[in-house]
Amino acid sequence: MAVTTPPPPGEEWTRTRSTATVGSGKNLLDVKALKMHFPLTQGIIFQRQVGAVRAVDGVDFFVEKGETLGLVGESGCGKSTTGRAILQLYKPTAGEVRFDGTELTKLGGEQMRKMRRRMQMIFQDPYASLNPRMTVGNIIGEPLEVHSLARGREKTERVQELLRVVGLNPYFTNRYPHEFSGGQRQRIGIARALAVEPEFIVCDEPISALDVSIQAQVINLLEELQDRFKLTYLFIAHDLSVVRHISDRVAVMYLGKIVELADRVDLYERPLHPYSQALLSAVPIPDPAVESKRKRIILTGDVPSPVNPPSGCRFHTRCWKAQQICSEVDPEFIEHEPRHWAACHFPGA
Amino acid sequence: MAQQLLEVNDLHTQFFTRDGVVHAVDGVSFELAAGETLGIVGESGCGKSVTALSLMRLIPQPPGRITQGSIVFDGQDVLKMDDDDVRSIRGNNIAMIFQDPMTSLNPVLTISRQISEALELHLKMDKSEARKRTTELLDLVGIASAKKRLDDYPHQFSGGMRQRVMIAMALSCNPKLILADEPTTALDVTIQAQILDLLKTLAREFRTAFILITHDLGVVAGMTQRIHVMYAGKIVEKADTTELFANPKMPYTWGLLRSIPRLDEHRKAKLVPIEGLPPDLIAPPPGCRFEPRCQYRHDVCKEKEPELTHIPNAKSDHEARCWGTQQGGWLVDTDWRREIGDTRLLEEIKKEVADLPPETKKDGEEPPIVPPPPVH
Repeated sequence: MAVTTPPPPGEEWTRTRSTATVGSGKNLLDVKALKMHFPLTQGIIFQRQVGAVRAVDGVDFFVEKGETLGLVGESGCGKSTTGRAILQLYKPTAGEVRFDGTELTKLGGEQMRKMRRRMQMIFQDPYASLNPRMTVGNIIGEPLEVHSLARGREKTERVQELLRVVGLNPYFTNRYPHEFSGGQRQRIGIARALAVEPEFIVCDEPISALDVSIQAQVINLLEELQDRFKLTYLFIAHDLSVVRHISDRVAVMYLGKIVELADRVDLYERPLHPYSQALLSAVPIPDPAVESKRKRIILTGDVPSPVNPPSGCRFHTRCWKAQQICSEVDPEFIEHEPRHWAACHFPGA
Repeated sequence: MAQQLLEVNDLHTQFFTRDGVVHAVDGVSFELAAGETLGIVGESGCGKSVTALSLMRLIPQPPGRITQGSIVFDGQDVLKMDDDDVRSIRGNNIAMIFQDPMTSLNPVLTISRQISEALELHLKMDKSEARKRTTELLDLVGIASAKKRLDDYPHQFSGGMRQRVMIAMALSCNPKLILADEPTTALDVTIQAQILDLLKTLAREFRTAFILITHDLGVVAGMTQRIHVMYAGKIVEKADTTELFANPKMPYTWGLLRSIPRLDEHRKAKLVPIEGLPPDLIAPPPGCRFEPRCQYRHDVCKEKEPELTHIPNAKSDHEARCWGTQQGGWLVDTDWRREIGDTRLLEEIKKEVADLPPETKKDGEEPPIVPPPPVH
């Protein structure tokens, strides 16, 4: 597969077949053929491997500096695993993860620890991701100590500053997580991620556990912080409306693979892959006038098991367009339109 | 007026906890005709689930108790019945679909056993009849090769299929009313679409009345005829579905609509969140319950609680609990899409949240004992 470089601003994009990972100076993150398999074992003392959960099975994408890439898919499709494998919280089975030119999969412990300063994570569950025995000050201050960025008085001041940045009272440092509501806890989680001044943040379903009225507060905060600190986000979520709102580009995952990747508007207005089309049509819109006119594509059945994924195209068992070839040949991830990739034998409407 | 299937009048459900009395449902009244679909929308903790549980008399007691009001179902007051009578209605005339299909089925009983239990109990079927009917029901809700799956256990079913089993169970005795409490919240979008589609067809086919309880305005938009919006234990707005979305009146409803991004949004507009936190239901604010978070508030809102009143000149029956939307009020002609209210007030509310500790315990004290949540 040929690798092309994006044209300088203002120039036409030449249509070529290329992988979704374009090696250019603008990319903060390049992911190539990333695989993350979890072994399934049998036996009590001598465990032998009898199979693998192919949670992520060869994904390619890139994230440009300063943008937000949304990663959507249903539960179990491997989107969270992708996020964690990028940060090397799991050791990927295969593939490359290049962050600002450095290959992360080959780094040793100490080098990786240093790299972690530049990439952080915001977790889904604000109730489980904060240590209940630590004060807010310690929670936010810990990364500062770990990376020897600040100590003593300086640390306290920095923590207070961070609390102010995320919209909490700076004098909350001696309080414990249980004293805060869900939305406030999520703000603490965000402050902790910001403490080391990262460039890249993986937001793993940061608002799914929050109430509707609180979700917008946190979305707005994430957007403000992005502008202020020039952050790059990988935004993982299952809510397609939220992803449309916050992302510049969107990748759709199904059963361990990215099936479509495009600019926000292209993906939502002209989805090429049948799975994206079905997914979008399934989201209810809060407007009865619109809702009564929409045609809904209702997929039959459930997502197959990632232990034993279907042959050929993984979506063919639920796809209404499936032909003979779909069950035999795995479709390539091809750039069908400029900056619009999809893996399908029969893309388009 | 035609005979209503269900009339709820001034329902009060309270939970008596160590920290005080939680006014979970605080004077809720509504009615429902046979075959009608009603949506109850609100955030967690607004009392929508407790309302549903009260209708079924399923409030755990203690700590909960229905302290006031009446629930007249089909001419009989559910609250005045003895336990045996309630049991004969529950599952038979009123059925419920719970939120979490993973935990609301019994893991050690087969699917057929769980569905036929109600059939044997209420419809006095014998074992083989019940089994036959169970197969039909599973077919009806779209479980493939239903006959073969009768003796499977819940863990052998996926989330969507379990929810289908729950629906089959709810339908088993041809109830007149089905309460669906967040029936799709635990499911993925594509499965959610399947389940909603199924519920819609069934409601049409059997003319069953539905109460759909959800936090998702999108879900109710396509599913129900009328919508009630709840906030902090009270109904704050009642209207026909089309009317509610076309002409919402209560600032809380505006806030909800403005704070969710829409799938068909074209321009990346900034979301306007509802600032602040929902009130503590142990000591709710004396005036309007939404007043502390409302950027349209006037002084009167803090002092006196508004009643649910009819909107003047509304196209259809439309009520809201707001001083501003009453005859001659300051919000009657407000275009909620353009006027987002007093931005200075908005900033003030935002700051209050940052400053306001949610618990007033002092440092060094034991963590507060959280009252047991209402049963899910």
